[in-house]
Amino acid sequence: MRRAAETGDRSGRARLALAALGLLLVAALLGALDAGPVPVGWRALGSAGWAWLTGNAPPGPPSMAAIVLIDIRLPRVLMGVAVGALLAIGGAVLQGLFRNPLADPGIIGVSSGAALGAVVAIILGDGVLAPVLGPLGAYGLPLFAFAGALAATFLLYRFATVGGRTSVATMLLAGIALAALAGAVTGFLIFGSNDRQLRDITFWSLGSLGGATWPKVASVAPFLAALLVAVPFMARGLNAIVLGEAEARHLGIRVQALKRAGILLVAAATGAAVAVSGVIGFVGIVVPHLLRLAIGPDHRYLLAGAGFGGAILLLLADMASRTLVAPAELPIGIVTAALGGPFFLWILLRRRGMMDL
Amino acid sequence: MVAIGPARRVVVIGGALTEIAYRLGQQGRIVAVDQTSLYPPEARKKPDVGYMRTLSAEGVLAVRPDLILAIEGSGPATTLDILEHAAVPIVIVPERYTIAGIVGKVRMVGAVFGAGAAAATLADGIAADGAALAAGVAGIVARRRVLFVLSLAGGRILAAGGNTAANAILHLAGAANAVTGFDGYKPLSAEAILAARPDAVLAMSGAGPESITAAEAFAIPALAATPAGRARRLVTMDGLYLLGFGPRTVSAARDLAAALYPGLRLPAGSAG
Repeated sequence: MRRAAETGDRSGRARLALAALGLLLVAALLGALDAGPVPVGWRALGSAGWAWLTGNAPPGPPSMAAIVLIDIRLPRVLMGVAVGALLAIGGAVLQGLFRNPLADPGIIGVSSGAALGAVVAIILGDGVLAPVLGPLGAYGLPLFAFAGALAATFLLYRFATVGGRTSVATMLLAGIALAALAGAVTGFLIFGSNDRQLRDITFWSLGSLGGATWPKVASVAPFLAALLVAVPFMARGLNAIVLGEAEARHLGIRVQALKRAGILLVAAATGAAVAVSGVIGFVGIVVPHLLRLAIGPDHRYLLAGAGFGGAILLLLADMASRTLVAPAELPIGIVTAALGGPFFLWILLRRRGMMDL
Repeated sequence: MVAIGPARRVVVIGGALTEIAYRLGQQGRIVAVDQTSLYPPEARKKPDVGYMRTLSAEGVLAVRPDLILAIEGSGPATTLDILEHAAVPIVIVPERYTIAGIVGKVRMVGAVFGAGAAAATLADGIAADGAALAAGVAGIVARRRVLFVLSLAGGRILAAGGNTAANAILHLAGAANAVTGFDGYKPLSAEAILAARPDAVLAMSGAGPESITAAEAFAIPALAATPAGRARRLVTMDGLYLLGFGPRTVSAARDLAAALYPGLRLPAGSAG
């Protein structure tokens, strides 16, 4: 804040940064469509993409370029954009709402709830839940993870809300208790698992965009759309909450409505992201902080920038995950943490004292 | 059985299948293998498409396969769907922890590579060796109770229960699994170890620090107090050899039987 006071209004700089991030996102998109273990030239990619867009696919079986572009890379890239944007915007909203620099989707129970849902699907899907999960096929696990995330957030919200006021402190503490409980149930299920299920759980918890399909893209898209529509309306309120909840009320912000909408919207959005991609840590915390350092804490720019930044980070990490050990694939959570961790530490070292909200 | 011409560029998913393909002399047509394909050692020089349950569709397509030969349980389903859409035939081989299961694997691999005659010879040899071994161990009256230890990490014993490859190989070798009542690999309490009364401990040997030594195993008080501990009877064998359920399994079971029953006369194998 001190720096902001010295330099005054940073909205010009923020607009410039947003434009730069938009250009970077386009570049990352193109790069991610081109990178991969199957070498397909730009020309082949372009003609396959054009044929697909215009519905003029040549008769007969699809070409290798068409399969790689349409079935594999395009859904994967779009899912990366959606998941990265959802996680980063979700993190920024929660950090503002909770006035806590460590807030991320884990703080409202999304991570532990989704993990419990996923483990239930992986382990009981072979047993008592087989009749339910069998017909759902590849979509059973995401649905369970999503339901777990929403249920955990809903429980926490009800728990922390008394007389129409949500206590942030109660929510944080109850979240810790709920995470422990979910961890206990998860642990109990893991105890009864076989080594195949155990490996499935491990890989799920490291995250991957590898399972991207068009139906999955279609199922996260509405959440991204809803969040993007809501963000402009939330920015002013979040800016006021920085001053404190009472102060925000005096400024005419309906704090409770903002909290309820923010928490439930972010829970649904990040729950959907975690459901399709597994747990991809780090994005929701680091992207908003980097942006605060670069363009200041004004949520009108911060939230939009977080969307761009999260999408870019995830696209770059996924390119690394697909190409580093090709033809195998590195879980993306490893890449985001390995690339982002040291970078974030370096920024912190250079600008100590700047990290307060 | 498989209505496709002999494949020329095959991705093999599953250690036992890779081993069979090499035994049938088909290594020249393998373009990539998975992480579990560790034997023969040359197989590790092939491109590695990763863990069998987290295959990447583009990674597999990158080696331009005309067929994918995968053990049951390979996936994920979304990857298999994309590969199917890419018109790459996928042959899924069932996993059974029996001699008949191994014979089935050999015949299927042979059919895929168009090496039916060599596969029939290998399969018949395995079946005959398996039958001879079964006859050889049939007369054992006092079956050894064996505790298979998957890991000793932190002094905690992770033991094999029913429905595991370890359980199956113990039965092939004429021994009994000392722990029953659960499926899969589970941590055992000290008292459960005492109650299991194992006559011997079986573990996997490896080059790394995870390999289990007798000093380490019998330093655990509960294990030291069992018949196995008093006799300091620990058998270690290579993990894939012991549990792979591939062409070397009969030979592994025979080695295990010989280690457990030193006086036993067993017929020498032809194929193993």
